[in-house]
Amino acid sequence: MNGAPPSGDGPRPRVFLVDDHHLFRVGVRAELGDSVEVVGEADEVAAAIELIGERRPDVVLLDVHLPDGGGQAILQAVRPVHPEVRFLALSVSDAPEDVIAVIRAGARGYVTKTISGTELVDAVRRVSEGDAVFSPRLAGFVLDAFADMPDQAQLAASFDPELDLLSPRERQVLRLIARGYTYKEVARELSISAKTVESHVSAVLRKLQLSTRHQLTRWAAERRLV
Amino acid sequence: MSRACASAAAGTIGDNPEPTPLAGPPPQGWSRWSGCSRGWDHRGITDRHDTPPPGPGALPSGAAPAAPGPAGAARSGGVAARPDPEATPGGAPGSAGDGPWGWAGGPGPFGPWTGPGWRGRHHWRSGHHHSAGAGHRPLQRSSQDRFLGGVAGGLSERLGIDATVIRIGLVLLALVSGVGVVAYVVAWLVLPLAGGNGAIALRAVADRRGLVLALAFVPALAATLVIGADLDAGFLAPLGWASFVSAAGLVLVWRNAEPDELAWLHQVLDPVVHLGSGPPPALRALAVRIAIGLVLLVGGLALVAFGHTTTAVLRPVGGALLILAAVVVLFGPWWLRLGRNLIDERQARLRAEDRADMASRVHDSVLQTLALIQRSADNPQRVVQLARAQERELRAWLFEGQVPGAIGQGATTLVAGMQVIAGEVEAAHRVTVEVVTVGDCPLDDDLRALLEAAREATVNAAKWSGAPVVSLFSEVEPGRVSVFVRDRGTGFDPVAVADDRRGVAESIRARMQRHGGRATLRTAPGEGTEVELTLARREERA
Repeated sequence: MNGAPPSGDGPRPRVFLVDDHHLFRVGVRAELGDSVEVVGEADEVAAAIELIGERRPDVVLLDVHLPDGGGQAILQAVRPVHPEVRFLALSVSDAPEDVIAVIRAGARGYVTKTISGTELVDAVRRVSEGDAVFSPRLAGFVLDAFADMPDQAQLAASFDPELDLLSPRERQVLRLIARGYTYKEVARELSISAKTVESHVSAVLRKLQLSTRHQLTRWAAERRLV
Repeated sequence: MSRACASAAAGTIGDNPEPTPLAGPPPQGWSRWSGCSRGWDHRGITDRHDTPPPGPGALPSGAAPAAPGPAGAARSGGVAARPDPEATPGGAPGSAGDGPWGWAGGPGPFGPWTGPGWRGRHHWRSGHHHSAGAGHRPLQRSSQDRFLGGVAGGLSERLGIDATVIRIGLVLLALVSGVGVVAYVVAWLVLPLAGGNGAIALRAVADRRGLVLALAFVPALAATLVIGADLDAGFLAPLGWASFVSAAGLVLVWRNAEPDELAWLHQVLDPVVHLGSGPPPALRALAVRIAIGLVLLVGGLALVAFGHTTTAVLRPVGGALLILAAVVVLFGPWWLRLGRNLIDERQARLRAEDRADMASRVHDSVLQTLALIQRSADNPQRVVQLARAQERELRAWLFEGQVPGAIGQGATTLVAGMQVIAGEVEAAHRVTVEVVTVGDCPLDDDLRALLEAAREATVNAAKWSGAPVVSLFSEVEPGRVSVFVRDRGTGFDPVAVADDRRGVAESIRARMQRHGGRATLRTAPGEGTEVELTLARREERA
């Protein structure tokens, strides 16, 4: 829905599923259908780390909530060894700290499990091409995390506007995504190209991963990740 | 503006398309013509164009009557020239250029209202002639902006001065010397009322009984003059004259005003003579009140006047108090009545708001449920379930005072309220409601209304859009709170929605307005729908 049709040209992305719910894995497999090639699946952390290293998928669909450390543990184990493997977080979780933590640990996007099949395929394709995928909920979290700080002064020492502030345009883009606009609709609304929307979103993702804003670090610290 | 009119008029003198009879009763449109005098606008102009007023100025082909200078011509042309771009709408109301002098410019027939009193103002008229240049309308009493006779309103239209300023000036004049009162009454008599049938003075001269009644004040005048002379109180003479002329003039006005104006005066004066909505009090009571007031007034005036000739410092103070007492006795009931009217008005407004609030609640609960039941007609179980739920809610409202559709008996914050909405709508309509929130704040009445409007928009999206997902987004910013409800469904043509569909109009738009917010609807067939609700944040919400 966000861009290229599911059965587009180019090689089908190779996808790996990590989720502890068997029914959900079956459902996702069915929804992804022939648009992607599912190269494997796992239902716990250790098996996932091993199989991902073995099969080198383009995209790992990662459930945020797994036993034994959750999705972050897998990210931390796999990314240093296989930086070319990209992760898309998938969850029903509402907690912003979980989502932000997974993104900061290296996932390229976050979608909720209520996403439709075509949208999921599109999100996988985007992540496989190196783009960031922001669901409305993630956009909302990010806007929240980068909200205007009343205590900017106390951050002055470590404050880096390049990383710790969103530009007005990025804010606009995120707000529209949070309102339920697709990238295409965002582009039309702001009279910019879809490519520009993607670069804004990628920039936001970068800030999200590199910024030391206290909201982000606090969330991460609570999850013992930094 | 007058210059603009005049110069434009010069080029369009011959354009006046409708030669009108030299004299005669004004056409019906006249009142409209004059009624438009406050704030020129081009629509009013067309009206004027349609019905040029009678009079010499309207002579065909701009053949100005004996008027010296361009005045008459300017008027005739001026009518046609109004659409001049410089004649800005909303320009100085009645600025110089539409007075009597311009278009009654010569010794010709003045029109039906020309009366004895009118003729007496001729010098004044021509005095303005040179400065004003062009005139278009006679000086007349305003039928729109009037407190008593409309004199101040008329002057204000004519001179472009705010009517309130003129009124204050008149009151000051009246307080200083009584001249203000006399001038007002005389103007009342001799100036025609806008849209009326000529000056009151025209009819008064034929009103023998009225004249006799007016002359009945002569003994009072004589007595005042004598007393004034006896007491060596020089101020009593002008005061006496002023009172005499005013009283006589008012009698004539009262007896000869047109029915419409009399009705107006009754309406204005009723509170003075008749308090409350019950039967009118006995005339005697009224007379007693006025008598007491007058005695106090005269006593007070006398004390003030003579106080300084003695050493008693307290006497002027006592006099002033007496005058105050007189004013209170005379006008107190009127003020009470005015205050009561204001209170009544406020209560009526509150009642109307309550009704509107109740209507939108009924719409949100009962009507929505009925619509759901209609759509679930093939599913008896669901119909029963819906009906029972609605019955419970209605009972709770009617007998236990629990407001239906009140969000957040449990929720105390905006985000919690959004979740409640999502849960309710998902349960009732089998759609997915995606909630995204940025920031949060405690709920107050205004925010609850915002949430209720948001729920209404969400329910609408769930029911009508056909989209499986409805997006709900709220953002709390330092200055405001906004909520967006969006679906990717069928959309609709907002213009084509029938008036009896209360959802958007009443439950969303009016509800937001009542609480100082705003609702914006963006939709088109096939484009989905987005409702934006914004509410400025109060300080204490921060």
